[in-house]
Amino acid sequence: MDDQNNIRWPDTIYDHFKRVGVRQVGYVPDAGHSRLIALCQKDPEIADVVLTTEEEGVGLVAGAHLGGQRAVLLMQSSGVGNCINMFSLIRNCGFPCLIVVTMRGEFAEFNQAQVAMGQITEPVLRLAGFLTYRIDDPGEVDEVVAAGCDMAFDGDLAIAILLGQRLIGRKRWTK
Amino acid sequence: MGAAMLERRKLVKDLLADRGDLMVVCGLGSPTYDVAAAGDHPLNFYLWMAMGGAAMIGLGLALAKPERRVAVITGDGEQLMGMGGLGTIGVKKPQNLVIVVLDNGHYGETGMQPSHTTGGVDLVAVAKACGFADGLTLTDKAGVARVRDLLHKGKGPILVNARISNAETPRFLPMRDGHAIKTRFIQAANAAVS
Repeated sequence: MDDQNNIRWPDTIYDHFKRVGVRQVGYVPDAGHSRLIALCQKDPEIADVVLTTEEEGVGLVAGAHLGGQRAVLLMQSSGVGNCINMFSLIRNCGFPCLIVVTMRGEFAEFNQAQVAMGQITEPVLRLAGFLTYRIDDPGEVDEVVAAGCDMAFDGDLAIAILLGQRLIGRKRWTK
Repeated sequence: MGAAMLERRKLVKDLLADRGDLMVVCGLGSPTYDVAAAGDHPLNFYLWMAMGGAAMIGLGLALAKPERRVAVITGDGEQLMGMGGLGTIGVKKPQNLVIVVLDNGHYGETGMQPSHTTGGVDLVAVAKACGFADGLTLTDKAGVARVRDLLHKGKGPILVNARISNAETPRFLPMRDGHAIKTRFIQAANAAVS
């Protein structure tokens, strides 16, 4: 998206990843996360791992922790649905887990098909044992992401930060 | 052919002989029992869940500990469920990761229904097509020593498809407390001298 060049909140998220020493980032390519993904790809201290499906990332996070590294997952709300059974690994073993989710299907959504998963994303995460925090205002990114990083990695908790469509902006359907 | 096929318990015990500080992620079901039966070890990460995730746990671990060796020992059904992960591993190319698939062509835990490997899917070919450094099929005892050597020294990622007998083996149940398995593993992984 064009406006990815003008927004700064992905940089704020990246800065917190660096502050807490994130070394692995798993993701499926996503427009809303494109700037954050690019920042991670450029960082030689972060292993960026492109996944074929988001559930692979849950295993990645667990393996990284077993090896003494911190990993985060970036995904779209639809990807949360792909992860449900794999989340049992996080809960059963108590792995710290931080997921940053770009939301679809909730606000100014052009594509009706996104609503089914978008509307159950947060309840599903809570059922799977995650604490969830929403961000709709760019001014909240710093505080909420800071808290999420600290709770995940100092508190050994499963944390999902949902980036609302009001934050991300509308998807452009025409070029 | 059946009589000459590899027996899973003996195979895994031989592969893990003198394992040193090799870190092992075990796919749920029989591979977890096989690895436990070979000798409980703090560097065994036993899985009781997360079917399809063993190889990706291996990747996260291999990336975090590039100076150490990581083996994923899993079953054909488990690896088939995580086939996309073979692409992810092929792209990332961790040199210290070896996946051993104990392939009996069936889902042992649910009543021996045939898996896709019985139906002709070739996981070695899949791994090679995904960009693994090497892939091979193990069919007899003569090749076991070489595979054991690959676990410790082979340039990964490597996938070994071990054709094993589908004869039933007694269950051998290791610890099931996920927190304990995790914590024990982390303590050992960070204490062991390479």
